[in-house]
Amino acid sequence: MPDAAIELVGVNKWFDTFHVLKDINLTVNSGEKVVICGPSGSGKSTVVRCINQLEKHQKGTIRVDGVELTDDAKSAATIRSEVGMVFQQFNLFPHLTVLENLTLGPIKARGLSRKEAEEKARLYLERVHIPDQADKKPIQLSGGQQQRVAIARSLCMEPRVLLFDEPTSALDPEMISEVLDVMVELANEGMTMVVVTHEMGFARKVADKMIFMDAGEIVEEGKPEHFFTNPQSERCRKFLSQILQH
Amino acid sequence: MKKLLLIAPLLLLAGCSSSQTWGWYVIDPTTASGWTNVKFLVSGMWATIQISLIAAVLSIVVGLMVALPGLSEKRGWRLVNRVYVEFIRAIPLLPMLFWVFYGLPIVFQSMGMNVPIDPFWGAIITLAISDSAFTAEIYRAGIQSIARGQREAAQTIGLNYVQTMRYVILPQAIRRILPPLANQFIYIVKMSAFASVIGMQELTRRANELVVTEYRPLEIYTLLIFEYLILVLIISAGVRWLERRMGADERG
Repeated sequence: MPDAAIELVGVNKWFDTFHVLKDINLTVNSGEKVVICGPSGSGKSTVVRCINQLEKHQKGTIRVDGVELTDDAKSAATIRSEVGMVFQQFNLFPHLTVLENLTLGPIKARGLSRKEAEEKARLYLERVHIPDQADKKPIQLSGGQQQRVAIARSLCMEPRVLLFDEPTSALDPEMISEVLDVMVELANEGMTMVVVTHEMGFARKVADKMIFMDAGEIVEEGKPEHFFTNPQSERCRKFLSQILQH
Repeated sequence: MKKLLLIAPLLLLAGCSSSQTWGWYVIDPTTASGWTNVKFLVSGMWATIQISLIAAVLSIVVGLMVALPGLSEKRGWRLVNRVYVEFIRAIPLLPMLFWVFYGLPIVFQSMGMNVPIDPFWGAIITLAISDSAFTAEIYRAGIQSIARGQREAAQTIGLNYVQTMRYVILPQAIRRILPPLANQFIYIVKMSAFASVIGMQELTRRANELVVTEYRPLEIYTLLIFEYLILVLIISAGVRWLERRMGADERG
């Protein structure tokens, strides 16, 4: 498929003897939004971390933009410049200002001039609705603001695909929606996204495809309208009933 | 309370001085001979400071070079680090000093090189190598204490290993590394006393020599202890100042 942004074929991964990913097959097309959910320890974060090579898979093939991920550092660098990542713990650089957080990658890895990088950074700060926090240190911002800075930092690298690893799980409840709003806007602008989350309201709103994982396997995969109303597997049904109660 | 603790031993010493067993005249700066003795003792200070400073700088450089392979993902590099640290850490300072001063020139000779090692450099080399095993561990702990997410985030915005270290990890780690590193300097100052046994004219050697001629070990070694105390207190104040500065930066 020529427009597949990400392709996983028969991907397996072990942490020592623990089989954390079992024969994962997944295709994410350009512009598609895929939401992955499942109980903790199911391997959903590991899938995302394998896609941008933070973890190495041991068997199977992962292609990003048609380029296969191999062991050499060059392919990892190529992939990382195509794939952005937003972490649960934000992982902003605490010793740098917001603006410096955003311009570090573009200047050092992309070779942009400081001026170009700062213009771009201010543009993306505006897009995540915090244009006036550029000169603060991350610690001076609220959790929701920090996560939006992290999103802007990823966007500054102008990735083809954006990965989200439980982006709202570390946030206070009242800050979740400001982050989700930004993510919905991104989705509406056509960004290709893979999102690990338990925010089912968000999933209903933007997902083109829902994935349910359990014990290292993709148990259920489908359009959200079927996924939520008529899950096929017992495990998925049980999981959904548990998280949708509240 | 603090003041009391300082004053108590002084009172004790002053009280004792009236008895026959004390002879403070030997280092009494108001008499000509006492003043000469004090000057002789204190004149070792410069050598102690020189040895300690140069050894500390070398230790900081060698320590980083030993620490970095210890952080590698490759087992072979980590092994190099482990062997160096475990081996060097296990050697007591005095035997190492003897080995370097008396043994190393013979090693060089057997390789056809004539490298004389004087007491000054013998002491510096020994202190630097001995201390580098500890500084290496300080570096390693400091760098490892930076959350893994920082390195991952740096990677996802396209930075390579060197850029990640230089722009993300080390600027954060240095704040945690510097205070214990400076602290380690105190250790070097104290251990530099061993240089006296290979004939280095530093504080302890001067005291030993004066004791031999004056037969007043109690008074002379008491002064010696206070000389080290003053040196270490100055460094401590420096370390504390450094920690405050680092702390202030972190909040900002």
